[in-house]
Amino acid sequence: MKRIALLLAAAAFALPAVAAPKKIDASKSYIRFVSKQMNVPVEGKFRTIDGTVDFDPAKPESTKAEFEVDLGSIDMGTPEGETEAKRPLWFNVPQFPKGKFTVSSVKAAGPGKFEATGALTIKGITQNITTSFTLNDAGSTRTVDGQFTLKRLQFKIGEKQWADTETVADDVLVKYRFVLPL
Amino acid sequence: MNYTQRYTRTAIALHWIAAVLIIGNLAWGLYMVSLEFSPAKLKYYSWHKWNGVTIFVLAAARLLWRLRHPAPALPAHMKPWELRAAHASHILLYVLFFAGPLTGWLFSSAQGFQTVWFGVLPIPDLLGKDRELADVLKVVHRSTVYALGVLIAVHAAAALKHYLADRDDVLTRMLPFLKPLPPKVLPPTP
Repeated sequence: MKRIALLLAAAAFALPAVAAPKKIDASKSYIRFVSKQMNVPVEGKFRTIDGTVDFDPAKPESTKAEFEVDLGSIDMGTPEGETEAKRPLWFNVPQFPKGKFTVSSVKAAGPGKFEATGALTIKGITQNITTSFTLNDAGSTRTVDGQFTLKRLQFKIGEKQWADTETVADDVLVKYRFVLPL
Repeated sequence: MNYTQRYTRTAIALHWIAAVLIIGNLAWGLYMVSLEFSPAKLKYYSWHKWNGVTIFVLAAARLLWRLRHPAPALPAHMKPWELRAAHASHILLYVLFFAGPLTGWLFSSAQGFQTVWFGVLPIPDLLGKDRELADVLKVVHRSTVYALGVLIAVHAAAALKHYLADRDDVLTRMLPFLKPLPPKVLPPTP
């Protein structure tokens, strides 16, 4: 097993990368989230996102991808909510301006379906998360759609009085779309 | 007992329940917007919206009841302009009973917050999230409910005028435990 892994690793180094890292098209991509406030789903999004992806569907295991979110670009219903979200109890944007997701492994999970695991860092806290996504190639673009459930309290998003999950639920559904050039 | 002489018990009950809920929601709305952003504030907004939906339903129930059970006639001493003012203000009150909750619901939808009655019954959003529209609807909702507050004050003042000055039964027929005041004794003419 180890030998095979070593061989694979050696092969990966020896062969020139077929797919070069590509930047996501930020204007067509999005990261949205749905939180439950008083049991009512409320959708928001981040206006400024960035990402670099090196992904070959035929060799998902060699994927390299990194995404960055400008947390200060949060878009919620109200200016009041946005101001609050940037404060120390929520994202603490002055101290932690960016959220980061670094993919560590991707494996196939059916036709056009994949599962990615990686390290998500928000507010200085890193947690491993797994997310499934689908692939859609059309014309000269590749669209990656996926989602995962984030437990906001694991990242201390909403501390003290905001840790109350009856007002804002712990589970936040994160939905994303990344559009890449093929 | 003649329906045209007095209000039905149902009409009286609905009137006072609506009075408590509407005046309560006006005061509650003023209070909650003055608060710092907090979990409590989010809860209070939800309660305000739930109460608003209740007021809307109650207004519809009252309107249906009123269409089948006409209000008793106004006192004969009232001048034509007073009758017209009374009818116009009652119609406007009903318009605002509906407009208050409706503008609040639209405002909330435009902000991206759906209204779920008592956290159970979702009211569909007519509008999608639209920040600029929300800013406009905020002013519309506030103006509507301020107008409602002013009109309720006028309504109450007019009822008191009927009770204290005219000494007729306009207030007491809506407040059955209260008896009309005896007619004023005019000072003897010299």
